[in-house]
Amino acid sequence: MKIRALLALAAGGSLLAGCTASGAEPSSASAAPPPSSARGGPAFPSTYRAYPSAPTAITGVTIFDGEGGKIDNGTLFMVDGKISSVGGPETAIPGDATVVDGSGKYVTPGIIDVHSHLGDYPTPSVDAHSDGNEATSPVTPEVWAEHSVWPQDPGFSRAMANGGITALQILPGSANLFGGRSVVLKNVPARTVQAMKFPGAPYGMKMACGENPKRVYGSRNRAPSTRMGSLAVERQTWIDAQEYRSKRNDAKPPKRDLGKETLAAVLDGDILVHNHCYRADEMAQIIDMSKEFGYKVTAFHHAVESYKIADILAKEGICSAVWADWWGFKMEAYDAIPENAALLQKAGACVIVHSDDENQIQRLNQEAAKALADGRAMGIDISDAQAIQWITYNPAKAMGIEQMTGSLKPGKMADLVLWNGNPLSVYSRPDKVWIDGALMFDSADAQRRPVSDFELGQPGEGDVK
Amino acid sequence: MKRLSLFLASAAALIAAPLAAQTTAITGGKVVIGDGSAPIEGGTVLIRGDRVVAAGANVAIPADAQRIDATGKWVTPGIFAGFSRIGLIEVGAVSQTNDTEADKSVFSAALDIQYAVNPFASPISVNRAAGVTRAVVSPDSGSSIFGGYGAVIDLGQDENPITEARAFQFVELGEAGHRRAGGSRAAAHILFRALLEEARTYARNPAVFDSDLLKASDAKALLPVINGSTKLLVHVESANDILKVLDLRKDFPALDLVLVGANEGWRVAEHIAAAGVPVLASALSDLPYGFEDLSATQSNIGRMKDAGVRVAIGMINDRDAHQLRYSVQYAGNLVALTKVPRATGLTWDEAFAAISSVPAEIMDMGGQLGSLKAGRKADVVIWTGDPLELSTQVEKVMIDGVDQSLSNRQMRLRDRYSNPTPGTLPKAYDH
Repeated sequence: MKIRALLALAAGGSLLAGCTASGAEPSSASAAPPPSSARGGPAFPSTYRAYPSAPTAITGVTIFDGEGGKIDNGTLFMVDGKISSVGGPETAIPGDATVVDGSGKYVTPGIIDVHSHLGDYPTPSVDAHSDGNEATSPVTPEVWAEHSVWPQDPGFSRAMANGGITALQILPGSANLFGGRSVVLKNVPARTVQAMKFPGAPYGMKMACGENPKRVYGSRNRAPSTRMGSLAVERQTWIDAQEYRSKRNDAKPPKRDLGKETLAAVLDGDILVHNHCYRADEMAQIIDMSKEFGYKVTAFHHAVESYKIADILAKEGICSAVWADWWGFKMEAYDAIPENAALLQKAGACVIVHSDDENQIQRLNQEAAKALADGRAMGIDISDAQAIQWITYNPAKAMGIEQMTGSLKPGKMADLVLWNGNPLSVYSRPDKVWIDGALMFDSADAQRRPVSDFELGQPGEGDVK
Repeated sequence: MKRLSLFLASAAALIAAPLAAQTTAITGGKVVIGDGSAPIEGGTVLIRGDRVVAAGANVAIPADAQRIDATGKWVTPGIFAGFSRIGLIEVGAVSQTNDTEADKSVFSAALDIQYAVNPFASPISVNRAAGVTRAVVSPDSGSSIFGGYGAVIDLGQDENPITEARAFQFVELGEAGHRRAGGSRAAAHILFRALLEEARTYARNPAVFDSDLLKASDAKALLPVINGSTKLLVHVESANDILKVLDLRKDFPALDLVLVGANEGWRVAEHIAAAGVPVLASALSDLPYGFEDLSATQSNIGRMKDAGVRVAIGMINDRDAHQLRYSVQYAGNLVALTKVPRATGLTWDEAFAAISSVPAEIMDMGGQLGSLKAGRKADVVIWTGDPLELSTQVEKVMIDGVDQSLSNRQMRLRDRYSNPTPGTLPKAYDH
């Protein structure tokens, strides 16, 4: 394994606006997001279509619903790509449904990673594939991660087959203070990134504080070279964005500016801010900056010191996207502790377990399990079902798609994983994965496993991986 | 200040030293010997001084033995990390605390990692608290394909971490070797051969040795590699690179080779087995990280084992200075594969052996370390449950029969912030 992507400053934040794919099958998009281009319809619209599905029931299964609920000996029925009913053994199943025996198995919502660089730092990790950081200026809100995503990254298939990932947010890296827009994807193989874009998902914007921007630009003798330089550049950028936004509806509006369009949409509340930030004191600074300019931070990513200000984060309603136990790889990760997630949960703050890694995205369930165990070991009472929420509903909420996916509620997209055992056990793996009701992975069927173009005709093609 | 902390640590070590011939019996636990045999319910582990006297079902307990009740717990040998950089890094990106690679040194093979291993580094205490008791510690290669001498260490809290200095030499012959040799695998292989030939020249008459390729110190360090008295750990990933390494024995028949990484090992497993070369393999690599890893799969270790290769889990370049505690999780994942159609994993017993006795045996230290067989060093861990399961916690760690502190700065931070809101005084006064 290699950890180049991390060292290359992976960080999160992106944005997604108004990709209502007209006529797209999954039409459960909630409110239509605003157009992302100043005139006309959405730019780069989603062309995703749900794949064919059959009415399917899973019976006798243990269900974690993604919102903290658990049903033993449960039944789940899905039809037309949607979850139809979730309940106990008495749940009615239509006669024409395909029935999957779930005895001894578990169902969860599809696992969701709020922080991934699949596609923009794909494998093979060769220089030609290094598309995650537009490290030519510390302020690049004008770039969109989707324009870097290579749909043939073999990592997408591993995330599905081993990790049960059904949706994920691809972020620009963290070299820049304003890294650009993110893109939210359905984890389906496709020829184009547009055919992976999650219909109706809002955009996010990646921001970064701390060591990375000041190292990248300080080493070139330009701002920011310090943390105070970072805040100064950021505040001035927001001041300029405010001015642009105020003139947008003038009789003579300003010339279109891609970066400021994104920033104005943040100020409008249409684009969600994902801020890479490790240290507690810096998060507090960022919170004050967001108040100065009237926007909200949706989630701090890599928030290894969130436990030090769990009360503040709970009060502000900001999610922390964390690893279970990464630490020590750089100074701002020095105070990471394995109880971070549990201490946040205890304080009533929003917890997300994220990966930022092409390997650990394949076992977010295990990372959540470790964080849960470390919390319990210090006496914090957290249920298994709540830990599952860290990798399902909570990331969905931070990505603005919780009305459509992230939990097993009737009417939501049938994005779900059947596990061959308790997903919080090291011994469990996905048995089947459905996305919008379509069976996209089946461990028993070698054909029902994606093989990217890159892997075709190569040694190991179609292997279990 | 530094002197003071050293003094305090030494004092602590003295206090923690075992009394002469003190006998301890850990009773009632589920005992894992670590040699690939099945766990024993209600077993006893008997320790005298720094050694295991006996472990198993019907162990006679001397009357004077101190008893530790492990009923409901699991008792195992400590985890033996098959490949790591632990003790070489405090903070990865803080170069002053990172001793893995000396890319500006004029020396290469002669670099001896025993002088860099810091037993007081916080990764040692963090991973000790997770049940890791021994580790193979390797330098990375810097200015040459050779990285220098590695060591086997313990993770005890005392000031003497080195179990065996100069336990092996490390060399890169895959993509990293290509880069360090000047941009081709051909360059890496001719460099390898030329350096070894130079070392032979040195041996013939050290007094007059003068080489453009090699310092005398480095030449001296390569001699035991050539004659096989020092192991050579070779990092390669691709099937072809592995075959080319096995071929080195045609020119240097005494080489005592160990492969490290070997993501594509399964494709040439019969060759590796026939050569009798063991492997310290990455457990869960399953992506084409580079073109040397095209066929990487989590089934790699299981398939190599089935082909007769002696294989243990190593963690090269995978958070190998901070997260040896992943060893148990990785082993557990290999067990998980046994339930996945078409995948090849390890049985539980094999998986635990891959992080205890097998790496010790690969380092030729199986007679001393890596299991609870009689006569082995008493590195013992008591767990709340199945050590490979994610919900399990470590309750006790002994190294060389000495009960170890499980405290570390992560725990101190945890305790300070168990309630984040400051009290009457700032948090800085909570200690």
